[in-house]
Amino acid sequence: MASLAATASLSAPAPMIDVQARRQSRTAWLLVAPAVILILAFIVAPLAAVVFLGFTDFELGYGSFRFVGFENYAELFSDRTFLKSLSNTALYTAIVAPVSLLLGLGLALLIESEKIGRSFFRTAYFLPVASLLVAMATVWQYLFHPSIGPINAGLRMIGLAGPNWLGASDMVLYSLAIIGIWQSAGFNMVLFLAGLTAIPRDLYAAAEVDGAKSALDRFLLVTWPMLGPTTLFVITISIINAVKVFETVKTLTEGGPNKASEVLLFTIYQEGFVYLRVGYASAMTVVFLAVLVVLMVLQYRLLDREVHYA
Amino acid sequence: MTAAPFTLGRAFRLGLLILGALVFLAPYIFMVSTSGKAQSEIFTSSLSLIPDRFYFVENFAKAFSRVSMPQLLWNGVVVCALILVFQVVIAVPCAYALAKLKFPAAKLMMALVMLGLLVPIHATALPLYVAFDRLSVLNSYVALVAPFSISVFGIFLFLQFFRAMPDDLIHAARLDGMSELGIVARVIVPNAWPAVTAFAIFSVVAHWNDLYWPLIVVSNQAYATPPLGLLYFRAAEAGDDYGALMAATLIITLPLVAAFLLAQKRFVEGITMTGLKG
Amino acid sequence: MSALHLENITKSFGDNAILKGITLQAEAGEFIALVGPSGCGKSTLLRIVAGLEQATTGSVKAGGRELTVLPAAERNVAMVFQSYALYPHLTAGQNIAVPLAMRQLSRLGRTPLLGALAPGQKEIRKTIQGQVAEMARALKIEHLLDRKPGQMSGGQRQRVALARAMVRRPSLFLMDEPLSNLDANLRVHARGEIVDLHRRAGVPTLYVTHDQAEALSMADRVAVMIGGNLLQLASPEAIYEDPRHIEVARFLGQPRINSVESRVGADGRIAFGPVTLQPREALAPGSTVTLAIRPEHVGVVPRAASGPAMGLPGQAERLEFLGSEVIVSVRLDGMGEGMLAKLSPAEAQRISTGMPVAVLPEPERMLVFAATGERLEAELASETVRESVHG
Repeated sequence: MASLAATASLSAPAPMIDVQARRQSRTAWLLVAPAVILILAFIVAPLAAVVFLGFTDFELGYGSFRFVGFENYAELFSDRTFLKSLSNTALYTAIVAPVSLLLGLGLALLIESEKIGRSFFRTAYFLPVASLLVAMATVWQYLFHPSIGPINAGLRMIGLAGPNWLGASDMVLYSLAIIGIWQSAGFNMVLFLAGLTAIPRDLYAAAEVDGAKSALDRFLLVTWPMLGPTTLFVITISIINAVKVFETVKTLTEGGPNKASEVLLFTIYQEGFVYLRVGYASAMTVVFLAVLVVLMVLQYRLLDREVHYA
Repeated sequence: MTAAPFTLGRAFRLGLLILGALVFLAPYIFMVSTSGKAQSEIFTSSLSLIPDRFYFVENFAKAFSRVSMPQLLWNGVVVCALILVFQVVIAVPCAYALAKLKFPAAKLMMALVMLGLLVPIHATALPLYVAFDRLSVLNSYVALVAPFSISVFGIFLFLQFFRAMPDDLIHAARLDGMSELGIVARVIVPNAWPAVTAFAIFSVVAHWNDLYWPLIVVSNQAYATPPLGLLYFRAAEAGDDYGALMAATLIITLPLVAAFLLAQKRFVEGITMTGLKG
Repeated sequence: MSALHLENITKSFGDNAILKGITLQAEAGEFIALVGPSGCGKSTLLRIVAGLEQATTGSVKAGGRELTVLPAAERNVAMVFQSYALYPHLTAGQNIAVPLAMRQLSRLGRTPLLGALAPGQKEIRKTIQGQVAEMARALKIEHLLDRKPGQMSGGQRQRVALARAMVRRPSLFLMDEPLSNLDANLRVHARGEIVDLHRRAGVPTLYVTHDQAEALSMADRVAVMIGGNLLQLASPEAIYEDPRHIEVARFLGQPRINSVESRVGADGRIAFGPVTLQPREALAPGSTVTLAIRPEHVGVVPRAASGPAMGLPGQAERLEFLGSEVIVSVRLDGMGEGMLAKLSPAEAQRISTGMPVAVLPEPERMLVFAATGERLEAELASETVRESVHG
């Protein structure tokens, strides 16, 4: 075999190896072609288009458009609604991501250390992840209802006047955050549970023999560092999911009251698909994408440097 | 390990878990309870969970009369099924080629996949909407399904899975005289079931629940998916008829929740697998 | 006062008894190997001594100190795990320092960054650094100190795990199959090293292994555990030559000891071919016993070459050449039993597959076991047999 290949590569113009490689390459192209075409059609082309449109004043319904350079972007950063939307999204994310992360971790640790009812608890906390968010948001609207809602009814029973959860502009974002946490904590919990079961039992045994007396010592020596990759992943995905908040806003508040719950995707939706200002909404989309890219790059860098052990 | 003694700390831990579970389940409890209450009883804002007068039949009848529930659920099933079939049929061969075959463009292809992972539908929605408008395919299954026919996440997930598969398996199949396509169909796909199930759960949950894209391309009840239909129902239901509203949410939430409760273990595994790989 | 004293340790999970009353004493500086097939309970016993598991009944004492109810962290025992159990996020140096830091530094002192602020901790850290460096020198792993476990080979990880266990002069050393993840060459080399380290440290050691060669070559005394029982605890020589139980005899030795069921004759003697044995205590005629003899104590010669009455007739079925020795399997005529013999290549040269042969067991090497498995003392009944064998 070796000598055959050697002589072939010396003399023959088309060595045997090449024929095989070409055949394999042809098969490969056949297999990836549908995917490539669809990626180009539904991801690359629209992506290029969105960047392009961001520099135009294109509006749906009007035939023509013209280049406006960075005009859209200049407008964005003096647009009160957009700025409000950015800061609302940031605040929402700053609440939902850390709380759902810690809640998920706490639940996972509690469930892992408890023998009774494991699968019941896992189901109960995970149920919101598998439920239709639009539908459950409707239920939350009822729960949050200022006069007939059970939450305020309960508060009244103990003599407290409940707030107008979704109707007051200083309350609405927090109420949405509660729904967001409720919806995503179970997802994080399941990821942490998987991370916890992946920790070799021997490490805990070694920690005990090495003198880690208390549960806290063992958590600090083994659990927390070993969960590093999971934690980083959960952080990224929690932030990205929080930045993408849309369903609850669209269903419950439509950005109100007084734009107090305007969030990024909702603003893009309004500008692009309701007011049909496609060019302007495209510029917003580019900003939104930039946020995602920055988050991904951060995760990637950290993953490579800090928490990758193997 | 022997059964741990029932210490104070353990009682505290269990109490905490039970309390938390109650809070997390409360919306479901109130959903069921309220869907059985009459409008008048809801307005008394009593906290009692069992309705004074059972009003289930009336509320569910109302839910069914305002919006065609079977149509919504059917649309949801059709859209999710079509999306899933396209995604798997397109992603599996592509992932196989990337994982196991050598070809010059593989690197470029990987870069495309990574780029795709970064881009959610929200970013490509505007141009796609404009294009679909020009092609007059808005308000159709095509509009609902087409953008999701390619799942780069699916490619990525299957790729990871195939990489872990031993090369010898494929070499053996080649020695046994199978063609490359034969290998995909008869060796790779049957062995990819765990990954396919995990991906299927992920995909169905994501698209059954998606509101953004259907909201954009559908403005007609005939093609509304469950979340969109519920939005229409709310709009049609001026005022606070929470009884009927809860009945409608119950109907729309039930299929996926039932599927989850029946195949819990698979669900959690699927979400974990897709979650950690993503 | 012994260095380690286990008294009647039992362990069961529900109805499933893993350990059925283990009593064992180790002297100061002794190296004891716990050996047995997988599932015999040896690892469980080790984990009970470590404090990682609780015995159902029984007590653990070390150096006169009652350990039974102490948590692992307070027992001052060190353990090397089969998987090494190194903390993957810490460097080798940090791994080795963990047992020292856990005992000497406060929790604040252990925290990275903040630790520097804690009063009095700096000096302790320095001493710890010194001890780690010294340990690393002793094990020749100084160049690995800044690497994480993921960047090390199996052999290197094993050394780091050893260093982590030895760094704090424990009162007891526990090793749970520490060599089984190494490749064959490295394993033989590491055996000698562990024995040397043990001699230098002088700490009593319990060493769990399923590999009899490891147990016999390393330990001062070998404890054979089978089915949750400690069947025999003795020096390697004694346990090999003088097994007190048929299971011990069968477990040790490669290839396995030959054993044949036999019955006590009407005269109270046991006959096997030309050999007759007289049990020291009287046995009921007709009761079953097991005769056993190691392959190296069995001779095989071509039948044609010997006189007609010599040895047990049989056929050579297979010859396995192993370099310094040859294993010959013989099927005995009329008995259907197989027998293994270990011959030198020179002796084996005269034999080929399928050849009729005579099997010559060394009568004084024959062991007798009761139906319960217990060893029975017996002596040769007739001298004539000897002569005919050697004739």
